[in-house]
Amino acid sequence: MSLLAAPIEKPPLPSYLEAGHSVRSWLCTLDHKRIGLLYLFSITFFFAIAAVAAALMRIELLTPAGDVVASDTYNRLFTLHGVLMVWFFLIPSIPSVLGNFVIPLMIGARDVAFPRLNLVSWYLFIFGGAFTLYSIVGGGVDTGWTFYTPYSSTYSNSHVMAMAAGVFITGFSSIATGLNFIVTIHKLRAPGLTWFRLPLFIWSMYATSVIMVLATPVLAITLLLIGLERFFGVGIFDPKLGGDPLLFQHLFWFYSHPAVYIMILPGMGVVSETIAAFARKPIFGYHVVAFASLAIAGLGFLVWGHHMFVSSQSVYAGVVFSLLSFLVAVPSAVKVFSWTATLYRASISFETPLIYALGFMGLFTIGGLTGMILATLAVDVHVHDTYFVVAHFHYIMVGGMVLGYLGGLHYWWPKISGRMYHEWTARISALITFIGFNLTFFPQFVLGYMGMPRRYHAYPQEFQMLNVLSTAGASILAIGYILPLIYLTWSFFYGKKAGPNPWRNPGLEWQTASPAPEHNFETTPVVNGPPYDFEVLPEESV
Amino acid sequence: MPASAVSLVAFLGLPARASALASRVDALFITQLVVSGLMVGLLLALNLYFLYRYRRGAKVDRRPLEISEWKIETAWIVATLVTFIAFFFWGARLYVDEEKAPAVAYDIAVTGRQWMWDVRQPNGRREFNTLHVPSGRPVRLSLTSEDVIHSFYVPAFRMKQDVVPGKRVTLWFNATREGTYSLFCAEFCGTKHSAMIGEIVVQSPSDYAQWLASDATPQPDRLRGRELFAKYSCSGCHDQPSAIHAPSLVGVFGSSIPLDNGEFVRADETYLRDSILQPAKQVIAGYQPIMPSFQGVIPESDLLELIAYIETLNESTAPTAADAAHP
Amino acid sequence: MNQSTTEIEETPYVDATQHREANHLGMWMFLATEILFFGGLFSCYSIYRWTYPAAFAQASNRLDFWIGTINTGVLLTSSLFMALADLAHHAKAVRLTRIHLSLTALLGAVFLGLKFYEYYQKYVEHLIPGPHFAFPDAPPQAQLFFFLYFAMTGLHAAHMIIGLCALGWLVRRTTKPAWTARHSDAVSIVGLYWHFVDCVWIFLYPLLYLAGR
Repeated sequence: MSLLAAPIEKPPLPSYLEAGHSVRSWLCTLDHKRIGLLYLFSITFFFAIAAVAAALMRIELLTPAGDVVASDTYNRLFTLHGVLMVWFFLIPSIPSVLGNFVIPLMIGARDVAFPRLNLVSWYLFIFGGAFTLYSIVGGGVDTGWTFYTPYSSTYSNSHVMAMAAGVFITGFSSIATGLNFIVTIHKLRAPGLTWFRLPLFIWSMYATSVIMVLATPVLAITLLLIGLERFFGVGIFDPKLGGDPLLFQHLFWFYSHPAVYIMILPGMGVVSETIAAFARKPIFGYHVVAFASLAIAGLGFLVWGHHMFVSSQSVYAGVVFSLLSFLVAVPSAVKVFSWTATLYRASISFETPLIYALGFMGLFTIGGLTGMILATLAVDVHVHDTYFVVAHFHYIMVGGMVLGYLGGLHYWWPKISGRMYHEWTARISALITFIGFNLTFFPQFVLGYMGMPRRYHAYPQEFQMLNVLSTAGASILAIGYILPLIYLTWSFFYGKKAGPNPWRNPGLEWQTASPAPEHNFETTPVVNGPPYDFEVLPEESV
Repeated sequence: MPASAVSLVAFLGLPARASALASRVDALFITQLVVSGLMVGLLLALNLYFLYRYRRGAKVDRRPLEISEWKIETAWIVATLVTFIAFFFWGARLYVDEEKAPAVAYDIAVTGRQWMWDVRQPNGRREFNTLHVPSGRPVRLSLTSEDVIHSFYVPAFRMKQDVVPGKRVTLWFNATREGTYSLFCAEFCGTKHSAMIGEIVVQSPSDYAQWLASDATPQPDRLRGRELFAKYSCSGCHDQPSAIHAPSLVGVFGSSIPLDNGEFVRADETYLRDSILQPAKQVIAGYQPIMPSFQGVIPESDLLELIAYIETLNESTAPTAADAAHP
Repeated sequence: MNQSTTEIEETPYVDATQHREANHLGMWMFLATEILFFGGLFSCYSIYRWTYPAAFAQASNRLDFWIGTINTGVLLTSSLFMALADLAHHAKAVRLTRIHLSLTALLGAVFLGLKFYEYYQKYVEHLIPGPHFAFPDAPPQAQLFFFLYFAMTGLHAAHMIIGLCALGWLVRRTTKPAWTARHSDAVSIVGLYWHFVDCVWIFLYPLLYLAGR
């Protein structure tokens, strides 16, 4: 993005952090940046609970016998882990925290299109979270995050209603956020900022928002039907009335497969930004990468049946869904190739966000390729519902999205806090996360092919060695999560001042003070060139 | 499969291969692993090389590329697409093969319930959480569930099938190696999901026959089936002659039936079951869809007996006056 | 006055056109969401009706054809008044806008009244799914139909209630002096929503009431 690199000389406007210190100024704020921070605190809270659940599960799985917790407790733990991680951490992670914070800054807008709706969306999130926490405190839910019928509707004696209500409400938060972003990106771009001058993060957030708006309502109606079924005692998924439990799975995955792309597209966007920023070069094949995001969002709606290859759906359906699933893998592969090609003839410096991005590339590639293996019908029949699947989606969700989120958080941290974190601590912590992650989840691929089913509280002896390895890895991974929490918090108060543009980046979000002033820009920026035009800001002055 | 691949299997600690399908699945999986490995290796090498060579401060040529980006993008889009489509066909081919049961197979009924597998051998012998099968011939399991969804999973056969309440599905395999293999429930089904495990015992046909004969419980009683046939008023319409225009069921099992939409369907267990539970779905040509649905009326155990009874109906066993007199 | 200037400063828009376009796009996106929301129910309905045509026909005949038909007329007429209100608003005829909005709301309330009377009828006839459901001589799938009937019309009714609240808010606003300046698109935005809810009913009516005819 070409710009007039006028240094900020005037006494700067008060930053968004200084715009008010009362509790009310935060809880009633309409500023997208403050709302982003509200999300940051809330999802960190939910992440911590879900991570504790995961830790307990890993401890249980250290030995084959079910000896640490009872099986009912274990079932509640993995449900809790899944529900909180999916709906209360991953889905809002990059979109609601970083997206909220940087989308208006990146497109030169004063705020998102509907600031009030944005705040409502956070309250819905908290309200939904409260219901979910209530269901946990009240005794938990044991259905798994997938709520399969008829177990969830008829057989489970747990607080399914409360948790379903929590997810239902949070769904509307997600819809509101997606709607807000779509309108913002369509209508609030700065003068001269045409579609093909947009940073790739915006493209991926746009694709994500489309999924949020179009897929989430189907989840909402499905959960509503489960709630009604539990309420009336009969329902449309009840086989006794001629209902079909598979219909539930179709509806559920019609949302939940696209939701997987809500949980990875934003990560891809962050990686595109950080690779461009630290390779000081435009992303190779910008148009293809941008359209790949849209292609993933579009095709992502047509592949839900690959979760049901062994569910007794028709063979023909299986074949069609398999083919479509292979097709959706192509745009993802294209992105990885394009990032690699970007590094060619680049000028690379190894800042923390880049280390996370490189980790993302490696882990996402493995996650994607194992996804291709899972899309293969005959192989999926064997590994479906085993640890192979668990490992695969953790490579995408954690290896992809969590690393993307942490990378993005580090990358935009100077803009968020106005300060720098300690570089070497951050680099080492990124490496610890990478190593811990692989140790935790790689053995699970092998476990899965050996045949260990998922959601097992106790397991046969032959699976123990790999489970021990996995648990050991999880304890390293935990350190990788705790470290950033500590040093980022520290730097928020005591870190070195960052200045407006620590990365010497031409992106619009860097052309204003750090932390950004309340209305983002003193004057509306005007754009007259393509994105990632690093030549306007020579690198020597880094 | 080449010997190197076999040793790779052993090295990775892959599960035993005890069915005709298992080695075919492994061959596909290992090919995919190798291709994926090459891909990861290539990307890793390129990335490391670029990261080192183009690190900031290195004195290297950084002029932009001369070749058009579109050409390169098209090249790798096409390359990935071709690889993926090849894997798709390979996997789909195998899948279709494993779904198509051979015409002649040995039938065993399996019912899943929280938290056990209830097996009924063809001679009526029941066993729980253990399934004895003969090796070297196709075995067809007919599966259903009495409560929630379970999943019948035998890693050594590379086979898995969800077992859905209200439905009867089939799964077939040809066990090639004698031995004892794990049976898991792979779909979360409640408190003791992880305890819903059992064994598949593959025996030579003679051992199996011996085992089967050692403790036979009687065949599903034909008279009991006949009683149910009367109890649920099936006989009122389907015994010939009848005042109501309903098809005779004599010899229906295994035959090919013309439907009112012009298609044909083979009257197998699934068809019989569907016709009882959802009679309007596939109506025999020339008849009106007047039969009521028995969904929720006939319990699962009775349904099995009824179907077993209908299967035995042929010209020689057709209900006689004696049967009719003895409801 | 002072208040309104600060509020303009608070908006993220550069001008009124941008504001209006954003509002309309936002509403259309919301309606897209709604289509998928109802879409889940419609697909359930289609699948089960395809599987159990006889049971659905039999069950559908237990609905009150005349209430359904009259309600369709009532709702379509309310949409007409909604459109007239929008026209009047564009012509800056505040009083006429208010009258048309009130008529729209009134007809919406009539619709809901009839709907709830119908629910009461079903309650008396033991046609509410659950342990007290009683429909002699019908296959069990008839209960699926009634489950879907209550889910679909109930969700529709919930949307109607939200629409009535929005209309009430608009009517109240029309009595305020600052009305035309600040709420230039509120009428057409609420109108879009109202028409959408109306459209949903246009599909519900034949699917539910006419399935057995």
